[in-house]
Amino acid sequence: MTMRSGIRLATSIYAILIYGFIFLPVATLVLFSFQATLFPIPPFTGPSLRWYQAVLSDDRLTSALPNSLFVAVISSAMATLLGFLAAWGFARFRVPASAVLRGLITLPLTVSYLIIGMGLLVLFNGLGFPKSLTAAGIGHVVINLPLCFAILYSQMGEHQANIERAARDLGAREWQVLLLVTAPMLWPALFASFFLSMTFSWDEFVISFLLTRFDTTLPVEIWNLLRSGLNPKTNAIGSLVFLVSIAFVLLFELALFRKPRS
Amino acid sequence: MTPLVQVKNVSQHFGSMCALDDVSLNIAPESYTVLLGPSGSGKTTLLSILGGFLQPSAGQVLIKGEDCTSMAPAKRPTTTVFQDYALFPHMTVGGNVGFGLRMRGVGSAERDKRAQEVLKLVGLPEASGKKPHQLSGGQRQRVALARALVVEPSVLLLDEPLGALDLKLRRQMQEELKAIQKRVGTAFVHVTHDQEEAMALADHCVVMSQGRIEDEGPAERVYSRPSSRFSATFMGESTIFSGRIVARDEIETVFGRWHLTTAATGGTAVSLAIRPEHVVIGAQPLSLGKAAITDVVFQGSFKRVTAKPEKDAAMTLLARLPADSGVQPGDVMDFACDPRHVLVLTR
Repeated sequence: MTMRSGIRLATSIYAILIYGFIFLPVATLVLFSFQATLFPIPPFTGPSLRWYQAVLSDDRLTSALPNSLFVAVISSAMATLLGFLAAWGFARFRVPASAVLRGLITLPLTVSYLIIGMGLLVLFNGLGFPKSLTAAGIGHVVINLPLCFAILYSQMGEHQANIERAARDLGAREWQVLLLVTAPMLWPALFASFFLSMTFSWDEFVISFLLTRFDTTLPVEIWNLLRSGLNPKTNAIGSLVFLVSIAFVLLFELALFRKPRS
Repeated sequence: MTPLVQVKNVSQHFGSMCALDDVSLNIAPESYTVLLGPSGSGKTTLLSILGGFLQPSAGQVLIKGEDCTSMAPAKRPTTTVFQDYALFPHMTVGGNVGFGLRMRGVGSAERDKRAQEVLKLVGLPEASGKKPHQLSGGQRQRVALARALVVEPSVLLLDEPLGALDLKLRRQMQEELKAIQKRVGTAFVHVTHDQEEAMALADHCVVMSQGRIEDEGPAERVYSRPSSRFSATFMGESTIFSGRIVARDEIETVFGRWHLTTAATGGTAVSLAIRPEHVVIGAQPLSLGKAAITDVVFQGSFKRVTAKPEKDAAMTLLARLPADSGVQPGDVMDFACDPRHVLVLTR
């Protein structure tokens, strides 16, 4: 009995250490964003909303925020749409060398963002396409499309194919099948892809850093801020970014793990 | 009567596999046709070809005299009830049933009215506002049927529609399917591997095996006078043993020389089949000799008895004896049958 409770205690301590290791930095960041004094180091002098005020009155940050949202929404919508069409094509039509092509489409998942960013930078330079939010958005489509494809492809089974067949049998044209049956049937997976893409795009730094110049996204702006040294303002903006990420992840989970419909 | 559907010499190859081998079939208007066969017999392939989901490698399909061989499913006057029902999960029952009408440009008020009528026909007048996941298996089945019927097809195709239901519900749905078919007058083509289902439903029973039609005709005829050994074993049970024609209407069997009327000529090897309900203990003109009873299963209205004849211990004799017969495993009895009930099968 004591042996068993000893093991239970040890596993609890192990769990606390692991979760502490993961979440302590985030908790510290959030805590010191409420610091009342100039440096985000102990002792804690807050709580105060002074640094949040500073963030909201910083023009560069407040203009980077809508930029980030804009890039996240548009690139995620594009990635979801393209991923959906690709998944549909691979799932419903006989594609030559299908396995190889599916492997290729998911390959960017394994390539470092730095490589993708540099590749796009070289390409855009060659094409004379200027550094911009659009360029960063295209980069985000590149990294998120494989993810959307993988999620959506896994949801297009034989049962779904039969449902599409039923729609065709009842007189639906191909675009009607896609619009009235396939897409609505996959709403949860489509939402999940979209919000997961949003999360990644919202946090993404390397590609945005390489591909934007004057108008830029929030992570790049935070990086600029960090160059002038630590201050609780970075903690405050970091906490805000974290909060939004959490919201996206929650929406993703809600979309994917909602009560399944048969 | 001109056939509603004519399948002419249809073959279907998947790679080197031959799923259908030169199949021809006519389907009469207002009939209930059942395609019966084991898995891999080609029955589902044939249904897919009728529905337009597959294009045959060779041959032709005519519906109402029109060549439909390569016509898309949406264009042909058929609808299909899928095995897994394939209901639209995001639409209400009303939305599901009205879908075909919506695709045909029928206005929403008219659509709802007609959907409601068909839902009433299949016994679900209250279900219109529900989602498919709120319904039981049997109810989903009815929705699938209503959805396919509402567009008034010339031919309704049903792919093992009752396969997922439990036995009791299946028997009940069989009766309803038959009643609905008689009411709407649409020709139904129904695929199943369940011979009891086939017998209960079919006006026209088509037994398939290895991509070919083995036997076809009214279910009663196919059961009582099967045209082949396969059809005799697949449609109902029987005791089967071999025989040899030695002279006109004279067949040599392990039980002696029997006088049976047959068109087969001398020297031919034949199979003889006797249905279990025709095997009796005691006095009948054809003796099957003594046989040791190996198993007795009480089935309520009868006892299913298996026995080993002394003349050929490798054979299994099947008999359906009255429920009150006091036979026990181990008993040795004299079995016999009437010559009218012995089936002589030449293939």
